[in-house]
Amino acid sequence: MVIATLAFYLFSAVAVVAGLMVVLSRNPVHAVLWLILTFFSAAGLFVILGAEFVAMLLVIVYVGAVAVLFLFVVMMLDVDFTELKSGMSKYVRIGSLIGLVILVELVIATSAWVVADSAPDMRAAITPALDEMENTVAIGSILYTQYVYLFQAAGLVLLVAMIGAIVLTMRHRKDVKRQDIVGQIYRDADKAVEMKDVKPGQGL
Amino acid sequence: MSIGIEHYLTVAAMLFVIGIFGIFLNRKNIIVILMSIELMLLAVNINMVAFSSYMGDLAGQIFTLFILTVAAAEAAIGLAILVVFYRNRGSIDVSDVNVMKG
Repeated sequence: MVIATLAFYLFSAVAVVAGLMVVLSRNPVHAVLWLILTFFSAAGLFVILGAEFVAMLLVIVYVGAVAVLFLFVVMMLDVDFTELKSGMSKYVRIGSLIGLVILVELVIATSAWVVADSAPDMRAAITPALDEMENTVAIGSILYTQYVYLFQAAGLVLLVAMIGAIVLTMRHRKDVKRQDIVGQIYRDADKAVEMKDVKPGQGL
Repeated sequence: MSIGIEHYLTVAAMLFVIGIFGIFLNRKNIIVILMSIELMLLAVNINMVAFSSYMGDLAGQIFTLFILTVAAAEAAIGLAILVVFYRNRGSIDVSDVNVMKG
């Protein structure tokens, strides 16, 4: 129990500090790396909560895909980031004020937490006991039955995102030679080579 | 002292506020704004999983998967728009986004 408590404080402290460094660091590449650290710490928190599958998904999807996507884009664009940071100090005061207000409100709202008596009866999918079914099996057993339509809709969202990203970023450049398979196959040797009758001493 | 649900909710609230703070702080840089949105979605996910774990309701973890899906799709589309914008304007300054006269 002590180890779980210590691990919680370790992971949450690392997550909060790394999250702050995401928004404060001057170099966006460093910001992405701090973001990856935040995701790893959150995955640790999920493991402490007993949600191993979501924790591993967080590592795979966020660290493996989203953060690497960010890293690619940051490195691909040749932007002067110091210029973008110029107006930063102007908003520190108002930003921290609003942030502090929201944080205090959220902590007040969540610190005195009471579970209603009727709440346990209203659960949509009761977690099975751990010795009966582990986390991943339990999620799979309801994800593909009770939530199958939502699951398919999530797939559709990803498909739309994929098609949208391709449509947005694809461009046909006129000055680049492309393969034209049909044209290359139907190329005729008689038309490709032209015989010229060059007169001696004149050249073309 | 054992860890209750309030501890997780506080961590999530802090991450959420850091996300808001990041949007205020980096008003010019779209990449950092997108990263701040990711932080806020991560805070929502922590809330979901914390409630799911403490209430014994697996639906919270299922919905975490869907939030994860939407966040990934949003990041992909957002970064694609960013790349197209940079190609057209040569900058990623938010104050340059005025093509639609919004």
